[in-house]
Amino acid sequence: MEKFVQLDALVAPLDRNNVDTDAIIPKQFLKSIKRSGFGPNAFDEWRYLDVGEPGQDCSQRPKNPDFVLNQPRYQGAEILLTRANFGCGSSREHAPWALLDYGFKAIIAESFADIFFNNCFKNGILPIVLPAAEIAAILQQVEATPGYRLRVDLPAQTVTRPDGHACTFEVDAFRKECLINGWDDIGLTLRHAEKIKAFEANRRIQQPWLFA
Amino acid sequence: MPKTLYDKLWENHVVHQEEDGTALLYIDRHLVHEVTSPQAFEGLKLAGRKPWRVSSIVSTPDHNTPTDHWDEGIKDPISRLQVETLDANIREFGALAYFPFKDARMGILHVVGPENGATLPGMTVVCGDSHTSTHGAFACLAHGIGTSEVEHVLATQCLVQKKSKTMLVAVEGQLGPGVTAKDVALAIIGTIGTAGGTGYAIEFGGSAIRSLSMEGRMTLCNMAIEGGARMGFVAVDDTTIEYLRDRPFSPKGDIWEQAVAYWRTLHSDAGASFDRTVTLRAEDIRPQVTWGTSPEMVVPVDAVVPDPARENDPVKREGMERALKYMGLQANTPMTSIAIDKVFIGSCTNSRIEDLREAAAVIQGKHIAPNVKLALAVPGSGLVKRQAEAEGLDKIFIAAGFEWREPGCSMCLAMNADRLEPGERCASTSNRNFEGRQGAGGRTHLLSPAMAAAAAIAGHFADVRDLR
Ligand code: SF4
Repeated sequence: MEKFVQLDALVAPLDRNNVDTDAIIPKQFLKSIKRSGFGPNAFDEWRYLDVGEPGQDCSQRPKNPDFVLNQPRYQGAEILLTRANFGCGSSREHAPWALLDYGFKAIIAESFADIFFNNCFKNGILPIVLPAAEIAAILQQVEATPGYRLRVDLPAQTVTRPDGHACTFEVDAFRKECLINGWDDIGLTLRHAEKIKAFEANRRIQQPWLFA
Repeated sequence: MPKTLYDKLWENHVVHQEEDGTALLYIDRHLVHEVTSPQAFEGLKLAGRKPWRVSSIVSTPDHNTPTDHWDEGIKDPISRLQVETLDANIREFGALAYFPFKDARMGILHVVGPENGATLPGMTVVCGDSHTSTHGAFACLAHGIGTSEVEHVLATQCLVQKKSKTMLVAVEGQLGPGVTAKDVALAIIGTIGTAGGTGYAIEFGGSAIRSLSMEGRMTLCNMAIEGGARMGFVAVDDTTIEYLRDRPFSPKGDIWEQAVAYWRTLHSDAGASFDRTVTLRAEDIRPQVTWGTSPEMVVPVDAVVPDPARENDPVKREGMERALKYMGLQANTPMTSIAIDKVFIGSCTNSRIEDLREAAAVIQGKHIAPNVKLALAVPGSGLVKRQAEAEGLDKIFIAAGFEWREPGCSMCLAMNADRLEPGERCASTSNRNFEGRQGAGGRTHLLSPAMAAAAAIAGHFADVRDLR
């Protein structure tokens, strides 16, 4: 998992409540054998004018000009700014996979659905909860200012606006440590790598037939 | 203090233990197939990691591969892509052994591992497949894992685990003629229920178990998961050791002797205590047939379909009624009067040479009934197929009207073209009779290979003991 420490990045607004995981990645794409490559189909039904199927070349598909993420000014955004209850619905881990593959590294919202919130941490995405008033203020600034960026500092637990105003957020200490160090479950186990190696070396001597 | 076999297997694999008992267990053997591994390999690559020890990996595609017209390759493009993805991943990272599609040693992983000596006593064996419990027949700590855990094992050679409770299922006495390991497995599940083993590691013991062949023990351990236990195992004895002698990956020479000495310690000590003990009398076990949509919905073949009206528990009653409706059966119907449409002899439960021999013995010189639309004999692996052909079993099956297929999972889960049509009734030697398991609307009855063969000849369920 990629480490998340600081991020200074372009912000894209998705000014709605209750964005569900079906909207984030529709079910027909779950047939895939991959955990990556969902990015072109993130928000598929909103993003394109035709019906999406697995295996299409999405660059050839007609884009919906009214969908906010299709606007040129938001291309390359790494922070998604949205409203309440983001990520509700099905538990599919394909949703954070799709957002990550699209390029988002942090999502700022008034609130998140529980499972999605957990799934984000497993995949190195930082979900940030900010007060509704702060979200509203940032949304206004984003719309008024092309190239609008925010600075996220995970160790300090702050989100800083271009005008210098900083807002703090909460994050579970253990999850924070995992993100900062880039630890996933595997990463945590690998902290015992030396122990595993020693165990294995001993095993090779004791039970050599296991290492044919 | 006397130890159970489970204690010994567990202690032999603990790399690290947290205060709350959560342990990091070392994994000796990692079995990999095409359906549950692509995202794990993908995750590994995305994280820039390498498999910890590729010599632990034994792999073959089995779920998606067709069982006929191999010359035409895999026609379904989504299935083909999954198999090609496995090819590519193994090519990139390596493995102790890989048996690709159409290889002479390809087959169902749970058949392929043991017959190649890749499953050895005392190992931890994992696979992204719940029937990994099969390998417990060799006194292994063997169980299924999810795709994230597949990645975890690839990357770390370990799994994060907590210790299970222990259950001893003892079957004492001598099994009657025509009664097989499958009947024992179904009878046990009928006794403890499909959730009876939840949270437990089951050790199968008793004189009836000790008298089973390795094939029979694999059948039994394979079904442990259907009794709710993630794993089931049998202690090492002479039968285990003789089976393993001279297999391709079995140790040789001095190391063989050294291994055997260790393997001989893999049994529960006298006086070891279990959290729960269940005892069955072998003489009481008759050939079994399931009637419903869960393996616990099982009766002896000479019984009738149970009557929900006689069930006091309302939740169970409702479940029985739903199952009868799905299965298109009336309560109190004698099992032997239920006609079948298809027969499937195969799956990781019953596709080994002994299973094929038992079925062939029943059908020899006979022909399947006219109402049986399709009877499939699907060997568990290329090696089993060749052995069966060397013994002339293929000719017996074909003469009896069976189709003799190429190895694979086939109609066990109907991921390839072998499947039931809605409403079709199948006598199947597989392990799950869930709704739609063998095809949408299909009706599955689980039984032993000999009983499936008897049903094929009779056109309805029949007591194999009457045919002998
Ligand atoms: S034969 Fe059936 S149960 Fe066994 S591995 Fe294949 S699909 Fe799973």
